Amino acid sequence: MSEKKIRVLIAKPGLDGHDRGAKFVAQTLRDAGMEVIYTGLRQTPSSIVAAAIQEDVDVVGLSILSGAHNTLLPRVVELLEENGAGDILVFGGGVIPEADIPFLKEHGVKEIFTPGTPSDIYVKFIRENVQQHNDQGG
Amino acid sequence: MTKVDNLLLPDSSLNMRFLARLITKIENNSQFAEELLSEIYQENNEALILGITGPPGAGKSTLIDNIVGKFREQGKKIAVVAIDPSSPFSGGAILGDRIRMSSHFMDPNVFIRSMGSRGYLGGVAPATVNVMNFLTAVGFDVVIIETVGAGQSDIDIMYLVDSVLLVLVPGLGDDIQALKAGIMEIADIFVVNKADKPGKEKLMAEINMLLMLKQEQVDWIPPVLEVVATEGEGIDTLIAEIKRHKEYLTEHSFDVKIKKVERRIRRMIEEKIDERVHGSFKDNDRLNLWIEKAIDGKINPYSLIKDFDKKLTVLWEG
Amino acid sequence: MSLQDELEKWRQGAYKKSIEKFPERKPVFKTSFNTPIEPLYCPEEDSYNYIEKLGFPSEYPYTRGVQPTMYRSRLWTMRQYAGFGTAEESNKRYKYLLEQGQTGLSVAFDLPTQIGFDSDHPLSDGEVGKVGVAIDSLRDMEILFDGIPLGKVSTSMTINATASILFAMYIVVAEKQGYKANELDGTIQNDILKEYIARGTYRFPPKPSMRLITDIFAYASKEVPKWNTISISGYHIREAGSNAVQEVAFTLADGIAYVEAALKAGLDIDTFAPRLSFFFNAHNNLLEEVAKYRAARRLWAWIMKERFNASTKSQILRFHTQTAGSTLTAQQPDNNIVRVAIQTLAAVLGGTQSLHTNSRDEAMALPTEESVRIALRTQQIVAYESGVADTVDPLAGSYFIEELTNTIEQKAKEYIQRIDDLGGMVEAIEKGFAQREIQNNAYRYQKEIESGEFVVVGVNKFQVKENSPQNLLKVDPSIQITQIEKINRIKAERDNDSVKLMLAEVRRAATSGENLMPRIIAAVKVYATLGEIVDEMKVVFGEHKETVIL
Repeated sequence: MSEKKIRVLIAKPGLDGHDRGAKFVAQTLRDAGMEVIYTGLRQTPSSIVAAAIQEDVDVVGLSILSGAHNTLLPRVVELLEENGAGDILVFGGGVIPEADIPFLKEHGVKEIFTPGTPSDIYVKFIRENVQQHNDQGG
Repeated sequence: MTKVDNLLLPDSSLNMRFLARLITKIENNSQFAEELLSEIYQENNEALILGITGPPGAGKSTLIDNIVGKFREQGKKIAVVAIDPSSPFSGGAILGDRIRMSSHFMDPNVFIRSMGSRGYLGGVAPATVNVMNFLTAVGFDVVIIETVGAGQSDIDIMYLVDSVLLVLVPGLGDDIQALKAGIMEIADIFVVNKADKPGKEKLMAEINMLLMLKQEQVDWIPPVLEVVATEGEGIDTLIAEIKRHKEYLTEHSFDVKIKKVERRIRRMIEEKIDERVHGSFKDNDRLNLWIEKAIDGKINPYSLIKDFDKKLTVLWEG
Repeated sequence: MSLQDELEKWRQGAYKKSIEKFPERKPVFKTSFNTPIEPLYCPEEDSYNYIEKLGFPSEYPYTRGVQPTMYRSRLWTMRQYAGFGTAEESNKRYKYLLEQGQTGLSVAFDLPTQIGFDSDHPLSDGEVGKVGVAIDSLRDMEILFDGIPLGKVSTSMTINATASILFAMYIVVAEKQGYKANELDGTIQNDILKEYIARGTYRFPPKPSMRLITDIFAYASKEVPKWNTISISGYHIREAGSNAVQEVAFTLADGIAYVEAALKAGLDIDTFAPRLSFFFNAHNNLLEEVAKYRAARRLWAWIMKERFNASTKSQILRFHTQTAGSTLTAQQPDNNIVRVAIQTLAAVLGGTQSLHTNSRDEAMALPTEESVRIALRTQQIVAYESGVADTVDPLAGSYFIEELTNTIEQKAKEYIQRIDDLGGMVEAIEKGFAQREIQNNAYRYQKEIESGEFVVVGVNKFQVKENSPQNLLKVDPSIQITQIEKINRIKAERDNDSVKLMLAEVRRAATSGENLMPRIIAAVKVYATLGEIVDEMKVVFGEHKETVIL
């Protein structure tokens, strides 16, 4: 009854109000047996990080379709590090051009899932990366 | 084992990261939890442990958002544990209660944690109790446990808190009847939320009537309060009543404990009997025979029960 | 009277009157084999209950269209949504589009502007100028329309929570150009209910938001009578994952809520209702979509007539359409041009009054100039080369189309009844009913795509290995800095005493219940910023918190 569940925070940073994708991701992760903390719209990077830390999640997933990703995603990574939670993985999705992905990865975002990515891809990604992380003694 | 030394940062604020990681360990490893708690546990009588439950859509999280705000004005440190049902199919869960408390995310004196019920159907989930006791032990002034009052374990946790708030809303149909048995009895404060909606009077009348029927010999008469959580209306009165109940508990702590334990045992017996009796109805040849005979007029159901009652007396007093 | 007699009556009546005012585009429309194309076709015998269910264009129940000649006289307005970065750049893009043959302007605003934050607010960080133009004060609006005669164009502004303020700015800019408010033609979206359901750019709670909307209705019906004061939207509801029936049902239910709010505020229905307009999605399934628009027209006419006892002009459902952004893929983006062409056909065969076509790079970024030109050409090719605009409601009488039209109307009616039972749309939204319905449909649809049951070409079938798309539009990140500098300059140069006074007036009227529009116009004139005006209202109205259903 108390096997360790993977805990994921799904958040929408900034002012973007399109949450259809984020909600779908939350539901598929739940269907995959994970505990998903959904923080809703209009979250600042600081409030996302505060929640991620209190909930002791393994992964943070950020959904953004408004083009503000190059500012907001790295900021979340930065704040996690500043608060001693740099081992929490960050991934993103939404309307993010492929050309921006290298920049985001350089700034600590582990992966970006572009529109049309089937759910088993990101479920697998989370499972493998959390497993790897736990094996490393996290 | 000095695990808890790191709980405060150099500036005396809570080390959220460390706290959160400990809770994860406690949630997943009951042995660790017990060892840790035996080390740090101290009778924290000053702490107020609130249980808040009610049907989905009652506005519990918004209400908690308000309550947290008021307690923060008084400088208190608050922890909230929000429990949502886990999917019986996948074991996963979507935990969305903290959204409505987002104004407190950045407050260093508020700790909010979401937990899935993790398939615990009956009895108190040890993880929940351990987390609750841990938070009390590390010095939070107020610990709030929020559950959706749907499952038995959601109710059972309420036997272990100080004050139980039952949140109901008008216009949701026969929600009182639909509530899990036992929750009406253990509620210390009734909160009628969304009190600006039609149907409020009817709901309050129903509650008051049920309270009259279940009248026990007890000094605490549960108040029935009206609030509109989204507007912050009625919250001051609610806080005052919570305080009043805390004072009552402090004065009558022993009696209250007795009452709580008695209620709990009684409920557990009722459930066990229920379970046994209904369980035994299935494929029971003897029962089927009785039914046949009763239909044919060969036996009288009343004398049947009298007979049965005699057997029960033996069991009970035996 | 036989059906053919009725048809003749219509030809001599409404049709003849219409061509006197709006002559048809050609003296004769003909096929490629030189036979004439009539304005309208009807069945020989009335097996469709024709008069009752279909009627004639411009006559109750308007199933076949809102005007007698539709595109034979005037094509739909080709109105491409645009705006990004600074007002200067957007101004350039508008001039380009007008040169290329676009016939109306459509303004996109950035998220801070839509929600009521100035560019220097912390929540605006990273968002300034990204999804549309940043407007912090009247100065930006002046630059946006510099050299564009507002009395001569029709402008649609996609703005909701802050519609009152942008509308006020538009009126003031036009006035400075020398145009009177009663000459102005355009639309503001101003549909706050769908924000709570599907789009997310709300600011205030539902009740004060409805009050702002009725203030705009009242003000415009007197001062800006040619203006369409609301574009009741189904587009976003569909994009959030609803199906065609839900799109119609929730949109019309929102419409009912607005009509009831306006009536409650004391407005006369036949004064404001003719200015209500709608905004629908053009999705992939062409035949379903055509039926959807026809069903919507018929259902709204019935609602306005039977439920509100409104007159003819109020019964007519006019709508703008946008092709479905969510159907466009990041994979093999040129395929999107084909998708948009099909969706354009759907909208035109469905009788839309104006149309925005999406660009092929939709799933990746804001469109480049080339992509947006192709999107415009798509409309032009359908208009001039395909022949579908040469007769009215050509698909009428198709067994399938009429059946679909009837079914969509029926099912939408049932939804509206359920919403009525819940206490109306505002209640239904607060209870999360619409959101839950949409979410469940979205989930189901996505699951069907993942399982391959529903094919999306290039995504779950016919995939290829692709290179990264090149030449996408990039928004200059220094815009935020430029805007912040602008704000500081404005605040230094303006008459701050007047600003204080005008802002106080806004707060006072917000409390007293007087019409806010004149006070907002006065505040805008003295260069109060958008954020400052919103903050005054926020003090009185409060802020809305999301109702999350998962």
